Amino acid sequence: MILQMNGIKKSFGSNEVLKDISLQVDSGEVVSIIGPSGSGKSTLLRCATFLETIDSGEIIYMDKQAVTTGTNGQAVYVGKNELAQVKRYFGLVFQQFNLFPHYSVLKNIMDAPIHVQKRLKEEVHQEAMELLRKMDLEARADAYPCQLSGGQQQRVAIARALALKPEILFFDEPTSALDPELTGEVLKVIRQLAEEKMTMVVVTHEMPFARAVSNRVIFMDKGFIVEQGDPEEVFGNPQQERTKQFLKNYQR
Amino acid sequence: MTLSTMLASMGEGMLRTCAIFFLTLIFSMPLGMIVMFLRRSRFRIVREITKIYIAIMRGTPLMLQLLAWYFGPYYLFGMSIRGYRFPAIIIGFAMNYAAYFAEIYRGGIEAIPQGQYEAAEVLGYNSVQTFFKIILPQVIKTILPSVTNEVITLVKDTSLAFTLAYNEMFSLAKQIAASQTSFMPFVIAGIFYFIANYVVAFVMERIEKHYDYYK
Repeated sequence: MILQMNGIKKSFGSNEVLKDISLQVDSGEVVSIIGPSGSGKSTLLRCATFLETIDSGEIIYMDKQAVTTGTNGQAVYVGKNELAQVKRYFGLVFQQFNLFPHYSVLKNIMDAPIHVQKRLKEEVHQEAMELLRKMDLEARADAYPCQLSGGQQQRVAIARALALKPEILFFDEPTSALDPELTGEVLKVIRQLAEEKMTMVVVTHEMPFARAVSNRVIFMDKGFIVEQGDPEEVFGNPQQERTKQFLKNYQR
Repeated sequence: MTLSTMLASMGEGMLRTCAIFFLTLIFSMPLGMIVMFLRRSRFRIVREITKIYIAIMRGTPLMLQLLAWYFGPYYLFGMSIRGYRFPAIIIGFAMNYAAYFAEIYRGGIEAIPQGQYEAAEVLGYNSVQTFFKIILPQVIKTILPSVTNEVITLVKDTSLAFTLAYNEMFSLAKQIAASQTSFMPFVIAGIFYFIANYVVAFVMERIEKHYDYYK
């Protein structure tokens, strides 16, 4: 088990965004999370990556407890150093890429492995070039993000996340900021990673992609997991009324 | 009085003007950074006090502030400090310009998208690395045009030191103009400010070019 999230609750003020959500991800699994906007799927990802703090529940990465909830119902995070250790297990790809504009493509990928993980420059350089080859961006190593298309930027962002060798990679609507023509090249990369058995959790609106690539689909609505299971089951034969209603809008 | 003697007698004033200019920059730019951090403090009381400070510095004439810094110690505490004239000028200028720089820095920092902080956090950068490696270089790029404006204003503002009867270049120009009944000293002063600002604009443009490699 790579990730366990149990009984996650999260509110923004009086707005309860996550109402008792549990999510387990096994090694090599590709999980897609779908659902209408405001359903809490992005918040779930942001809680899993500690960009938001949960109100109660527990988060465990690779048997390391990162967040616990005591008897008083309040979530308790482990200390700063232990949390930094846990953070090494995951990577996150953002909807808006969030590349560092003042760094070249290569430096975007190499900087964190060198300055955060303190790895050797030569070794990191070699791996970065390999990642760029994989992303079909070898020729753009010295370009700056502003010189790349959205699809290329997102592929650099994926390479940047992979360079830290995470156990699990989260994607927060990785193609939502791209026009349809560029969506394909990013999805192709994610599909390729799935074939290599990279553990991934993808929040997405790309239904055909979710159906084709993932081992499991989770449908969320209003802070709950309404339905989850094999993609063929969820898409082909949804059990819940809300799921049917949601999917109908995508089958035009 | 010939042109060269005029220039000679104004020369020392020019050095004094330059001293005010450079010392003000040296003190006010880092001080502005501190004021900016206080203005963004997580403690409300600190933020509010800093806001009042900035409001006073920007809301009252620099000339008045110079008088307050110079005469304040005497009227408030009965202190008369020897050789305080020049320090009072530098304190007055630095405190005033720090307020403006602080607001420029703040604008630059707040223009950085939240996503940059989040990306840095997920990649494992600590807060010091995030600030110096990711945020600050981008802030510098965005604030350069505003900083140029401020520095050019400072060149011209140095003449306000005449308020405390400090013989910087413009004070001398006025004295010579009066005693010689000549307009020439003012022409010289004008050319001096113009050239100084030309140099400032040139240098700042070079720095901006240096950051031109990305958008």
